[in-house]
Amino acid sequence: MSFFKPTFTHPDLPKNKIGYKKRDYEGVISTLCAGCGHDSISAAIVQACYEINLEPHKLAKMSGIGCSSKTPAYFLSNSHGFNSVHGRMPSVTTGANLANRDLTYLGVSGDGDSASIGMGQFVHVARRNLNMTYILMNNGCYGLTKGQDSATADYGSISKAGSKNPFQGIDMVGLALELGATFVARSFSGDKGQLIPLIKAALAHPGFAFIDVISPCVTFNNNQGSTKSYDYVRQHIEATSEFDFVPVEEEITVDYAEGSEKVVTLFDGSKIVLDKLANDWDPTDRYSAMSRIQEGKKNGQIITGLIHINPESQELHELMGTTDTPLNQLTEEDLYPGDEVLDSINNKYR
Amino acid sequence: MNPTNIKDPEYFHKVVDCQYACPAHTPVPEYIRLIAAERYDDAYMINWESNVFPGILGRTCDRPCEPACRRGRVEEEPVAICRLKRVAADNKGDVKSRMPQGPFTPNGKKIALIGGGPASLTVARDLAPLGYEIHLYDEWQKGGGMMRTQIPAFRLPEEVLDEEVNYILDLGIYTHFNHYVESMAEILEQDYDAIFVGTGAPKGRVLKLPGYEEAKANIHIGIEWLAGVAFEHIKSIGKKVIVLGGGNTAMDCCRTSRRIGGEDVKVVVRSPFQDMKASPWEIEDAQHEDIPIMNNLPPKEFVVEDGKLKGIIFEKVKAEYDENGKRRLIPTGESDEFIEADDVVIAIGQDNAFPWIEKDLGIEFGKWDIPVVDKLTYQSTNPKVFFGGDAAFGPENVITAVAHGHGAAVSIDLFCHGKSLTERPDPMTNLMSQKMGIHEWMYDSGVVSDLRYAVPHEEKKLSLSDRKIEVELGFDEILGFKEAQRCLNCDVQTVFNTSRCIECDACMDICPTSCITFTQNGTEDELRDRLLAPALNLEQDLYVSDTLPTSRVMVKDENVCLHCGLCAERCPTAAWDMQQFYYNVTKASSGCLVAAE
Ligand SMILES: Cc1cc2nc3c(=O)[nH]c(=O)nc-3n(C[C@H](O)[C@H](O)[C@H](O)COP(=O)(O)OP(=O)(O)OC[C@H]3O[C@@H](n4cnc5c(N)ncnc54)[C@H](O)[C@@H]3O)c2cc1C
Ligand SMILES: Cc1ncc(C[n+]2csc(CCOP(=O)(O)OP(=O)(O)O)c2C)c(N)n1
Ligand code: SF4
Ligand code: SF4
Ligand code: SF4
Ligand SMILES: [Mg+2]
Repeated sequence: MSFFKPTFTHPDLPKNKIGYKKRDYEGVISTLCAGCGHDSISAAIVQACYEINLEPHKLAKMSGIGCSSKTPAYFLSNSHGFNSVHGRMPSVTTGANLANRDLTYLGVSGDGDSASIGMGQFVHVARRNLNMTYILMNNGCYGLTKGQDSATADYGSISKAGSKNPFQGIDMVGLALELGATFVARSFSGDKGQLIPLIKAALAHPGFAFIDVISPCVTFNNNQGSTKSYDYVRQHIEATSEFDFVPVEEEITVDYAEGSEKVVTLFDGSKIVLDKLANDWDPTDRYSAMSRIQEGKKNGQIITGLIHINPESQELHELMGTTDTPLNQLTEEDLYPGDEVLDSINNKYR
Repeated sequence: MNPTNIKDPEYFHKVVDCQYACPAHTPVPEYIRLIAAERYDDAYMINWESNVFPGILGRTCDRPCEPACRRGRVEEEPVAICRLKRVAADNKGDVKSRMPQGPFTPNGKKIALIGGGPASLTVARDLAPLGYEIHLYDEWQKGGGMMRTQIPAFRLPEEVLDEEVNYILDLGIYTHFNHYVESMAEILEQDYDAIFVGTGAPKGRVLKLPGYEEAKANIHIGIEWLAGVAFEHIKSIGKKVIVLGGGNTAMDCCRTSRRIGGEDVKVVVRSPFQDMKASPWEIEDAQHEDIPIMNNLPPKEFVVEDGKLKGIIFEKVKAEYDENGKRRLIPTGESDEFIEADDVVIAIGQDNAFPWIEKDLGIEFGKWDIPVVDKLTYQSTNPKVFFGGDAAFGPENVITAVAHGHGAAVSIDLFCHGKSLTERPDPMTNLMSQKMGIHEWMYDSGVVSDLRYAVPHEEKKLSLSDRKIEVELGFDEILGFKEAQRCLNCDVQTVFNTSRCIECDACMDICPTSCITFTQNGTEDELRDRLLAPALNLEQDLYVSDTLPTSRVMVKDENVCLHCGLCAERCPTAAWDMQQFYYNVTKASSGCLVAAE
């Protein structure tokens, strides 16, 4: 068993615009089970951050507890990180974000972490539109504690031990839409072509960007009859569109067939291009997205891609009108206006 | 692309860069692992079987394996493959008992080997155990050929040479030393079933410039002079020496001069430094012994005063290259340069010479007096006569001579049994899984970052005082171990099983050198372009799987694979396995030799 990665990299691998190689965005060698979907998602995060020329020290990785929540160790070794308590990633991220709005926040969670113990936290962070990317590594089970069904396990899904899930599964995408989340997407760990641009767009989105990534647990939930296995997902996946993210400094170079694509411009000028968009629905319209999701469910499809985006998103700081300067940079002078000012205020009430 | 046929032994053979580049295809990574495991005898025997002269080659090999070494493509320098061989030789115990033990049952065939260099000795070693009666002729009093007459003792101690030459002679070879063969016709008249010519390229070139005749007493021809020194007919040289030439022979001549009286020794080369033929390490060693190398100076004239050599006048030139890279030396117009010298050694090349082969024996000669020899069978146009080593295709090196010897021995064996020489036995190959348990391998898969270790040298003053003191001290066991750990185990192959893969991407994600890509199939050019990392090294193959369920294929660029096994460790279904590939080149003696395990 290898405990470290060789230091050598491919000599012909390019550097990104700020001079980093992909290796500079990697973490230590994973200790997850071989073939775990979570590792693919980590790799997609690495690739996305490399491609958007992110400065690693400007990002904070936040997580709770679970195999999924361990992954921040396996990407972005040069970034900040906080591995919090089970289900508490959203509140810790909220605190961090309020204290320092200058960082990019990338939260990673599991379906147990988010849909059971952390459900209350998930709900509130979504409705508050906290400026963060929230990646849910969704394997339908509690991987770390040996594969018990989680709250996202689909009704009727068969566990490794052979039992059928008698409960309704929570659809976190449907829930996020209901809560008014401003960026909602679903993807599959085995489809990096889609996942990487989604992560890039999510990181650029001002507000709460939620990606539910189906991520098979090879050890406990990749059996026949499981609806979160590699095979099942591959058979039922239905992409809503081809998806690309074009950062501000770049131009759209691909020639799309006329009328087939939709371009959404984000507040910073970067663009999201949705090509071959399924007919009669509009991802900028939350209700159209909700009905598309319901319809897919009815037809046994797993709808992936960018499901909803609100181009007018206003994140928590804007909603609350906090100062542009991060709170952690405010000095005593800024915060304490002095006795005279206090006196004058007090005097008003005399 | 079509799926790669890994059943073709040449596919994985090519992945083992060093072994593939070695003319004798020595299983390099296997012996390096044995050195790391302190199994020096086993490491020695693997070498002995392949290249016959591990101790000699571990000091003097031209090492074509090293420029090919994969490590040189992922960091600055290749593994010190050559000097590791010496570690095995230096630390081995009694290996003779593991060699074929005579007397061998005669097979009734008798062969003559003309010349006692590495090519002939290899033929002898391969055929003796099969029962051949072998007669070896050499003009000198001992075997070894140019390894004895040319390679100076400070690079190759006589004991090492004697030991390895004797392993072969002790197999019951009939030696005819001090016997210069004057006539091939006479040999053919005898009852030999086959004749092997391994007489080397024994004629040194001269440079008859004005003044040559008068100064002749102090102008020496490099290879003759080195042989004279080796046999102690020549014991000294003047204080001021000019060596002409830029190859390895020039380096040996100048360094030898420094040890037998030369104080102000210069190497003067007509062409630029970067065009010199000498190996970089030999140039370095010469420079380290305070020998300046002067370039762009073609000699014009030997200057003689009172009937004695005074020095040489050189013209000054510069090199210009045309669009085809062809070089022309153009006079700079500056005034000529005179360099003083008491003695001059000319080391500007060697030629083949076969004055002793009559022209009416059916042995055809082509350009430059080089015989017409088949590249596969080493047979000349006289079916009974085979050539190998420098005699066959011009001057090369010891390891090439050995490779020719193996090939010629196979041919001679086939020939003596009336079989077709072109239907040659296949190499022996084997693929063996290295799996010991989940994520546990039988080989040490960790990749260390250590840079190449330098071989310690003898103190300069001491080594210059006596031409028999060996300059290189060799790696000790600890350094040898550390250097051995740098080997990437390229013979442990990544073997892919399409039907097992569930396309989880884990192998692609973990691979430290981005070798693996799952993608749509395409033409080779196009695939090379769109892999995770561009596959620009066209000499390295792409390993392509059958089509996977998602209609993609797995494509692995072999170029910079570290053989770290991480892909196989991260694979949930063991679709990747690490398997050791053993490739043993066809040899006449294979059946008889004790294969080192
Ligand atoms: C100065 C110098 C240094 C070298 N250093 C290296 C080195 O470091 N590493 C390396 O790999 N290679 C080196 N080489 C090259 C290497 O020595 C030869 O390529 C190699 O020895 C060739 O082997 P061979 O078996 O073909 O013949 P040789 O080694 O040349 O042996 C041929 C033998 O046949 C004898 N012979 C010739 N004609 C007759 C005849 N008619 N009858 C009887 N005997 C005859 C010759 O005297 C000689 O002993 C060096 C060469 C020179 C000149
Ligand atoms: C407060 C608390 N309760 C329970 C646990 C036990 N526990 C650890 S991980 C886990 C579930 C993890 O499931 P999920 O978030 O889906 O992560 P996965 O391992 O599947 O990626 C549980 C219940 C805990 N660590 N802390
Ligand atoms: S238990 Fe499941 S979720 Fe956890 S590492 Fe293993 S495969 Fe991944
Ligand atoms: S052994 Fe596998 S993981 Fe390691 S470098 Fe080669 S292909 Fe990549
Ligand atoms: S790790 Fe194994 S199963 Fe996964 S993609 Fe690679 S070869 Fe296929
Ligand atoms: Mg889970």
